[in-house]
Amino acid sequence: MTTAPAAAPTDPMIRLERLTKTFPGQARPAVEALDMDIAAGEIVVLVGPSGCGKTTTMRLINRLIEPTSGRIFLEGDEVTKVNPDQLRRRIGYVIQQVGLFPHQTIADNIATVPRMLGWDEQRIRARVDELLALVGLEPATYRGRYPKHLSGGQRQRAGVARALSADPPVMLMDEPFGAIDPITRDRLQNEFLRLQETIRKTIIFVTHDIDEAIKMGDRLAILREGSKIAQYDTPERILSAPADDFVADFIGAGASLKRLNLSRVRDVELSDWPVASVDSSRAEVLAALRASDKGAVLLLDAERRPARWVSGRELQREDGPLSEMGLPPEALVQPNATLSDALNEMLKSRYGCATVIDGAGVYQGNLDFATVSAAIQEMRRDARDRSRAEADEVHAAGEAGA
Amino acid sequence: MSLLDYLSAQGDRLLGLTLEHLGIVLISVGISTVIGVALGVATYRTEGPRRVALGVTGIFLTIPSFALFGLLIGPLGLGGGPAVVALVMYGLLPIVRNTITGLRSVDPAIVESAQGMGMARYRRLFRIELPLAWPIILTGIRVAAVIIVGIAAIAAVVNGPGLGKDIFRALARFGTPTAVPQVLSAILGIIAIAIVIDLAFVAIARLTTSKGIRA
Ligand SMILES: Nc1ncnc2c1ncn2[C@@H]1O[C@H](COP(=O)(O)OP(=O)(O)O)[C@@H](O)[C@H]1O
Ligand SMILES: [Mg+2]
Repeated sequence: MTTAPAAAPTDPMIRLERLTKTFPGQARPAVEALDMDIAAGEIVVLVGPSGCGKTTTMRLINRLIEPTSGRIFLEGDEVTKVNPDQLRRRIGYVIQQVGLFPHQTIADNIATVPRMLGWDEQRIRARVDELLALVGLEPATYRGRYPKHLSGGQRQRAGVARALSADPPVMLMDEPFGAIDPITRDRLQNEFLRLQETIRKTIIFVTHDIDEAIKMGDRLAILREGSKIAQYDTPERILSAPADDFVADFIGAGASLKRLNLSRVRDVELSDWPVASVDSSRAEVLAALRASDKGAVLLLDAERRPARWVSGRELQREDGPLSEMGLPPEALVQPNATLSDALNEMLKSRYGCATVIDGAGVYQGNLDFATVSAAIQEMRRDARDRSRAEADEVHAAGEAGA
Repeated sequence: MSLLDYLSAQGDRLLGLTLEHLGIVLISVGISTVIGVALGVATYRTEGPRRVALGVTGIFLTIPSFALFGLLIGPLGLGGGPAVVALVMYGLLPIVRNTITGLRSVDPAIVESAQGMGMARYRRLFRIELPLAWPIILTGIRVAAVIIVGIAAIAAVVNGPGLGKDIFRALARFGTPTAVPQVLSAILGIIAIAIVIDLAFVAIARLTTSKGIRA
């Protein structure tokens, strides 16, 4: 393999330039003039409806199919014309069906590329065991097994180990967890994200599942038919500021809810609900309630921990001590909870309000629908501003370079 | 004369003929396998050539054996040569067919992942596709062997080797006391060869099929 002439630090790991593929006999290209830069060490998720050209794009990158036109760069080198087999050994490839060789042991499967590269057997054995351990398969147990003796999740792990065997800088993963049950899939996703913390590969990950995309991606490319990029940005910004109706539709009606998974209670401004000490007089509590536009007061104990929720009606009609009136505190959340969790608690509460407490249980504030809604508006505005600022920067850089 | 008397009197000669018969069967199956697998490998990915290969080898199998042996006397004369050529022709169809079926039944995802790892065409064929297709190919070879064991008896019409010689001799002097035991003993020999070959294939299948794909 030719080594890159010391790639400039700003060079993307992968660059696609006007990449186009028209299959023989088809009127419209499956991939049309795709331009894309992928930065080293990032997980970029290609996400889009079935048939939009995701798999074709992946197969173009490792040249399982040849482009009709356009160019592909890997670490600054153009690889559109190099020997495809040599190229593929620099790119790990994991597909949904995994494609382990059923007649070979797991160890032999993982050793495929190292053997082709002519490593000595001792080095191969050490590498196989290292990889098995890395993906959470006990080497002594699994190296001699055949694929048919593994569960779906274990096969997928072995597939990842095989793709990593010669330590390629780039991994292509085409719906790698698509055929796995939801619970195992969730575990594999988490494991893979942890693994990525150590291996820091440049990964192109394909899925048609927007939730998986949001979870896995440092950056998402939302694709429409012909592998055309509708939006290429971080998950936060795509959720906050979808570029157009197609993206908005694709992320779906649940977009705001999904976005709530990305921000935490501590990041939002809490709302003003009336509070009073549980030791105050009924008149004082009523005064606090009347001073606000809310229907209930949160009573706090001597340590400022939530004690009771009482409504105006209860204050006027019921006798007895305040400490026994109304409801016990409910929907308690901590500052590091996601807005999604907080919203969930809110929905179950009587007053549509979650109470934020710190680790010691001390009252911090309240969170209601108005707070969440304001937070969503805020995120959306931020994301728009940032996109605009970046567009301006790119524009300015382009003009400076010209 | 009883069959047992005949066998005890003619045992050595019969054993010789049986080994001869086995020999021509093994040679023919071997050649048929090499040609058949090669034809299958060459044609399994393209529709046209695949049809031609299956069509032509299928026609071979429909030619009456007597006629084919006779036809080959012209170009090849008498003896083992034309016998082997005819037997190879009869063995081709099951081997070509099963090679094509076997290679085409390999999961495309497996081939794609091999290719995606940078495994070149021939390495992929020999390391991945043929080993995975092997149980099906081997079944084809076994069917070919069974066909060839039977038809090899007819090779005697071109003066070929094997137990067929005894059958033809006995038929030529039917009515004499040893004719029937002679035919019967030749048939017994052929059955014995068929059984031995079948058992051998069971053993070969076990020894040459990866544990990972054994049923
Ligand atoms: N080998 C092929 N020959 C012809 N058409 C193909 C081939 N592979 C994919 N296509 C077509 O290209 C389009 C994109 O397919 P694909 O890349 O598999 O989509 P995705 O992976 O996004 O579901 C589809 O219309 C599909 O039918
Ligand atoms: Mg696909």
